[in-house]
Amino acid sequence: MLPALEVKGISKKFSIRHESPYLSLRDRVMDLFKPSHTSHEDFWALRNVSFEVQPGESIGIIGKNGAGKSTLLKILSKITPPTQGKIIGRGRIASLLEVGTGFHPELTGRENIFLNGSILGMKRQEIISKFDAIIDFAGTERFLDTPLKHYSSGMQLRLAFAVAAFLEPEILVIDEVLAVGDAEFQKKCIGKMEDVSRSGRTILFVSHNMAAVQSLCTTCLLLQRGELKSIGPSADVVAQYLTSMESQALNTSGFIQVHPPDSEKPIRTIEVLCDNNRSSVAYMGCQLEIRVSFKAVERLTTPVLGIIIKDNYGTPLIGINNRHYQGNFVTPPLKEGYISMKIPYLALFEGAYHVDVHLGDEFKDIEVLQDCFQFTVEPLAFSGSGELPPKSINRMFMKDITWMLNSSRHVE
Amino acid sequence: MQEPHTFEIKPRSAFAFNFKELAAHSELLYFFAWRDIKIKYKQTVLGFLWAVLQPLLLMLIFTVFIGRALQVSSEGMGYPVFVYSGLVLWLVFASGVTTAANSMVSNAAIIKKIYFPRLIIPIAAVLVALFDFVMAFAIFIVILFFYSTPINLVVLLYSWPLALLLTVVATAGPGCLLAALNIKYRDFRYVVHFLIQVLLFVTPVIYPLSSISQTWLQYLVALNPMYAAITFFRLPLADAPPDWILISISVGSGIVLFLIGLAYFRRTENYFADIA
Repeated sequence: MLPALEVKGISKKFSIRHESPYLSLRDRVMDLFKPSHTSHEDFWALRNVSFEVQPGESIGIIGKNGAGKSTLLKILSKITPPTQGKIIGRGRIASLLEVGTGFHPELTGRENIFLNGSILGMKRQEIISKFDAIIDFAGTERFLDTPLKHYSSGMQLRLAFAVAAFLEPEILVIDEVLAVGDAEFQKKCIGKMEDVSRSGRTILFVSHNMAAVQSLCTTCLLLQRGELKSIGPSADVVAQYLTSMESQALNTSGFIQVHPPDSEKPIRTIEVLCDNNRSSVAYMGCQLEIRVSFKAVERLTTPVLGIIIKDNYGTPLIGINNRHYQGNFVTPPLKEGYISMKIPYLALFEGAYHVDVHLGDEFKDIEVLQDCFQFTVEPLAFSGSGELPPKSINRMFMKDITWMLNSSRHVE
Repeated sequence: MQEPHTFEIKPRSAFAFNFKELAAHSELLYFFAWRDIKIKYKQTVLGFLWAVLQPLLLMLIFTVFIGRALQVSSEGMGYPVFVYSGLVLWLVFASGVTTAANSMVSNAAIIKKIYFPRLIIPIAAVLVALFDFVMAFAIFIVILFFYSTPINLVVLLYSWPLALLLTVVATAGPGCLLAALNIKYRDFRYVVHFLIQVLLFVTPVIYPLSSISQTWLQYLVALNPMYAAITFFRLPLADAPPDWILISISVGSGIVLFLIGLAYFRRTENYFADIA
């Protein structure tokens, strides 16, 4: 049987301009007189990537941020053409880089189903025949003729997923769209997608969530700096990825230099302190402090520090920012400084954890660093018994839980 | 089970036009146009009436201030009929070009997330403008009866469809060109509006071209692709045959602009998702 997808030597080059992201006509006109006005830099997001996907196979694509996962997806979805190489596909292909693409708040649920379905590549007749199943899956039939803007965000998401779930292409390309939405509905969607893969369809799935990748895909390919690092059974490739992440984060000094001092990006350094000592090795119940120093190009009126702590499988455990605790920092606008987050009692279980750092100004992210550092938590008994619950189940622990046994019968 | 459909993804040539693919997406074109029409008139109290009110009010204003005050001649028909017949097509052009020019930017979120032939987006904008035309046209018929304007029905049979076709060509060309330019250079957002306003006054919409005495200026004004469309539209009502040289200039300019617009759009289409 011929492969469903043959990817042959795909490369993609971007020209990065160091001026503003948009060209203005003035720049262009100025270029005529001063050819060196803006500098271009070639950046290869993908370099000579080749692989094959058999029909009915589901392949996970993993790698760090900037490894070229999204670019590969965009090329597979025809959104952007490759610079070199070609892909031969056999079957109808559909891609889901986002749920609810084209949803419009002014249109009703019914109208949005048709619009979104059509954008995803369904024929009108096909949408009509699946319409009842879609609204049934989404569970929003009561609001069919209500404009989408009156839907809660959860309802919008369910509707969006429902339309996507009824796509029936032979090849389905999915981005990490599952990272949103309530857990129960996520499960329903993953279940639906597993049905899809069981029914002989080919799936390409990109995710940071190693647990989801492993449960959905038999084969994985690992991208590293635009190149195909390895391809093979999911368990092996995921393990390879995780060890590569660890070795990279082996820096246990607790000090990370993020950008060089002359960079325009704001986040300068990150410090991890365990009981006031710089170290990325912490222990259960210690005092953990994360300090992020920044130097921005423009003044920040309301600096916000957001921290997401994820377990070794990429599943987020906590996502918080200073606003959740004490509101905004009150400060005159400032360009540089550092924000510290101090956790007085670290209730994470033993294991390795990855951290995303968000630096923002009020509601806007200024810089987001995903998986920018790792820290490990060493085991330490948190109760008098000295015994720890099993590591395989626990990610976090709760102190001071009282257990009681009473010999009298339970009385309501 | 249908025949497995094979596809190929490779570096795209800048000039190859995939008409087959465009045809396969005709339903999506319909959905985009339908969405834009719905959204345009949602949350407006008068709704579709706006499509009619705009040319009607403009007709009134021009009739009072230009027709009466300046005593402009109007090729044998009453000035209100003359100006409305011009405006009804002009507004297709004006709103078609403006929305098409902004269409790629306003749909950037979709463009970055999913593939379909991008040409659908500016073309849908032109279709929306045509929808407004249908409304305004109905009023035009009423106006014709009201002023009991004599009509040459034989001429009408070929000249009106021709006028509409020329309008679509004249709108789609600059629409696609500006849509592509706009996504690359956001300056064009400001240019479009200004351009359309200026063009109204250098187009024989509110005055006949014959009122310009210099020949070279007539030729220059005839470069406006809407000149031919509007002239053909007025032909069944006019008392004199058109100047075929001027018409040819205008039609030629429209076709050239159409081809340039399409070619430039096609050439930059590949990179829309990267720079949008």
